[in-house]
Amino acid sequence: MAATASDAPAGTPTLELRDVAKSFGPVVALSSASLSVDAGSIHALVGENGAGKSTLIKIVAGVHRRDSGDFLLDGIHVDFGSTSDSKAAGIAVIYQEPTLFPDLSVTENIFMGRQPLTRGRRVDRAAMHTEATALFSRLGVALDPRRPAQGLSIADQQIIEIAKAISLDARLLIMDEPTAALSGVEVDRLFAVARSLRDEGRALVFISHRFDEVFALCDTVTVMRDGEYVATKPVAETDEDEIVALMVGREVGDLFPKTPATVGEVVLEVEGLDAVGQFHDVSFQVREGEIVGLAGLVGAGRSEIARAVFGVDGYERGTVTMHGRPVPPSNPRAAIAAGMAFIPEDRRKQGLVTDASVARNVAGVIRGGLSRLGILTEGAENRAASPWAQRLAVKTGALDMNAATMSGGNQQKVVIAKWLATNPKLLIIDEPTRGIDVGTKSEVHRLLSELAGQGLAILMISSELPEVLGMADRVLVVCEGRLTADIARDDATPESVMRAATTSLEAQR
Amino acid sequence: MSTYPEHARPLWQRLLVTRESAVIFLLVVVVLYSILNVPFFDGPLTLTYLLLDVAPILLIALPMTMVIVTGEIDLSVASVVGLSSVLLGVLTQAGMPFVGAAVVALAAGAVCGAFNGFLVAYVGLPSLAVTIGTLALFRGLAVGLLGTTAVTEFPETWTDLAKATIGSTGIPVVVIPFLVLAVGFAVLLQYSSFGRGIYDIGLNDEAARFTGVNVQRSKFTVFVLTGLVSAFAGIFFTLRFGSARGDNATGLELQVIAAVLLGGVSIFGGRGKLPGVVAGVLLIGVISSALRLQGVTVNVINIIIGLLLVASVMSTSVLEAVSRLRSRSNRRAAGPSRAPAAGAGTHGRHTS
Repeated sequence: MAATASDAPAGTPTLELRDVAKSFGPVVALSSASLSVDAGSIHALVGENGAGKSTLIKIVAGVHRRDSGDFLLDGIHVDFGSTSDSKAAGIAVIYQEPTLFPDLSVTENIFMGRQPLTRGRRVDRAAMHTEATALFSRLGVALDPRRPAQGLSIADQQIIEIAKAISLDARLLIMDEPTAALSGVEVDRLFAVARSLRDEGRALVFISHRFDEVFALCDTVTVMRDGEYVATKPVAETDEDEIVALMVGREVGDLFPKTPATVGEVVLEVEGLDAVGQFHDVSFQVREGEIVGLAGLVGAGRSEIARAVFGVDGYERGTVTMHGRPVPPSNPRAAIAAGMAFIPEDRRKQGLVTDASVARNVAGVIRGGLSRLGILTEGAENRAASPWAQRLAVKTGALDMNAATMSGGNQQKVVIAKWLATNPKLLIIDEPTRGIDVGTKSEVHRLLSELAGQGLAILMISSELPEVLGMADRVLVVCEGRLTADIARDDATPESVMRAATTSLEAQR
Repeated sequence: MSTYPEHARPLWQRLLVTRESAVIFLLVVVVLYSILNVPFFDGPLTLTYLLLDVAPILLIALPMTMVIVTGEIDLSVASVVGLSSVLLGVLTQAGMPFVGAAVVALAAGAVCGAFNGFLVAYVGLPSLAVTIGTLALFRGLAVGLLGTTAVTEFPETWTDLAKATIGSTGIPVVVIPFLVLAVGFAVLLQYSSFGRGIYDIGLNDEAARFTGVNVQRSKFTVFVLTGLVSAFAGIFFTLRFGSARGDNATGLELQVIAAVLLGGVSIFGGRGKLPGVVAGVLLIGVISSALRLQGVTVNVINIIIGLLLVASVMSTSVLEAVSRLRSRSNRRAAGPSRAPAAGAGTHGRHTS
């Protein structure tokens, strides 16, 4: 019904966004994003990590409200205050990992919150079952509507979300990286479903990092970069090279002052590291004075590799050695003793005890050594913490203030201070500048460069391509849990890194 | 580059504007009021009975504070008291020397604590559920060993020692080893690297793990300490009343937890100090003994202490909510810490 029902003149796009802007505090997520999706077509939305795709989708879904710009459905201006507004308007978003109620049946999940009722005001199970069966046969999938949602594969869960969208008569379906966790057969089935929905006249938006899928499935592609619209091309008239160029078309300025350092002996050696479902056969080295960048798309397994090396997560096979000595798995204390420092991605959850004071956080790793006869005083912690806080110019009123009240940049300085205080030989730093202001960002970059100059080995994970290219002496690229490239600084270009990050080894062969 | 002041607030504020000082202040007020207004309250006998009554609570509250600071709980402590009491009785009755029986009872307490600790720390089960189970299990073992009878034959040197006072002061002799233990626990929790780790675990166990704190071993250790000290309290309990029974100290766990919370320890973990807990234990002891001297029934005393506990927990959670709101608005003023523009697929994949 709604799939074709529109009083708008023929040719009016189902969804149109023009110059949409959105900021979160000082962080600009979208500056001028545009997207125009026609009925009866599948539209690909591509862009680097942080290009603003998710924010754009969340605006369409009613999760966020835009700051400015036009948002039209069938040529009519709309403004969603909540996700239920967007659902009522016929928009359905299918996320990478759907959230179903595990203890309810497949049918109950589809009709959650809007179960049909019998005359006696009871839930009409028979009607629900009939309709669910009809939905699945229409989608051409064999799923038992009576089974509980628990234990269903991610692919099947997505199908249930799609069935739900159809039963709601959604005319715009947005799929946010639906294939990331699917096998080849499941991808084929999903594509078949997507094509049949398109042929019914619905509009689909498909977000993916895999170009082969974009070219196999989509009719049109829109490229975003840094929160801005870049270009829209019919898929038939473009190729991979052009899209990669559009995605990364940005100059790497000298924002990142990496100074050359003498590269010394091997500090960290990782060999054949393997963790099922996360990464496979990962081997690399990091040397004294070297910054090795670990690049790749979000979800490729970069953080998982780092966590396994440091021992906060386990791994099944492989070895990690520091200065030629093996480091036991799953033992952060042993890793620290071997000279590793790990600055995790999530400052608030993993990097800091935010409700503890600055001094306690900075002295957090070294405090064992600060005790005299087993007694550790606040004074000893303060004396140990103060020089490091000063060296990093942490802005705080006093050493006993809670870290919770600080800005993201200052919190990151506290985490860095904490680890530098351990006098590490290897620093693993995951997203060193995520969510911190530009000023602190360049301070962090200068510091990393300086530390490398003093002989520290640094393994840096970053989703920001300019940061990787500007800082790293060598770039390792991870794609789908495997190292796909090891690129020297001089050969590292946005194109070469992006290509390795989006091409799995199977596809290269 | 300037040096940092060590403290944001002056010393008097740091000392006075805390939950611990509020409890200590309340304790002083109640003691002074009782001395002035309650007949016989200032007599030495009152002091003796008060201290002997609160001694087991005080003992168990020491490790219990650590357990609660890590964000866990141990409801099985009173059953460990009962089990160690019964073991002491049964073994003494069977002719084992008293000291040997006491060592076995202590070891049994440590094993009970290790059982709890293993299930909570290494298996990862919720401590509330585990210790509700072991509360019944340990109590069941105690009653099973001795039935409904009691062992009352203990060496008089030991039973007398449990009740002896220092000269004419009215202060029981056993207070001395208990004080030493309290100081030891205070140093361990407040002035050691291990103690810092305990607080870190309670505030953010993931960050603690990322900092190299051995979260599992720390939790295991505090549960073992709790079992051990509960058994010690069980030995004292038995000697003081000269009776080993399976149902000794039933319900004591709630008094212990009440005193710990009254002393300013957060049930959510990460906050609270031992001096406050000691004051909380004494406060409950003073209030109940003063009221008893005035002829108030036990039932009414329970109601009053219950209300006091609810009020104190309410006040701390209200304070916490206020400070959380304040820090949140500060944070908002400082800007969000995570860029929301992290691109597609920010749904975490660390779940496996």
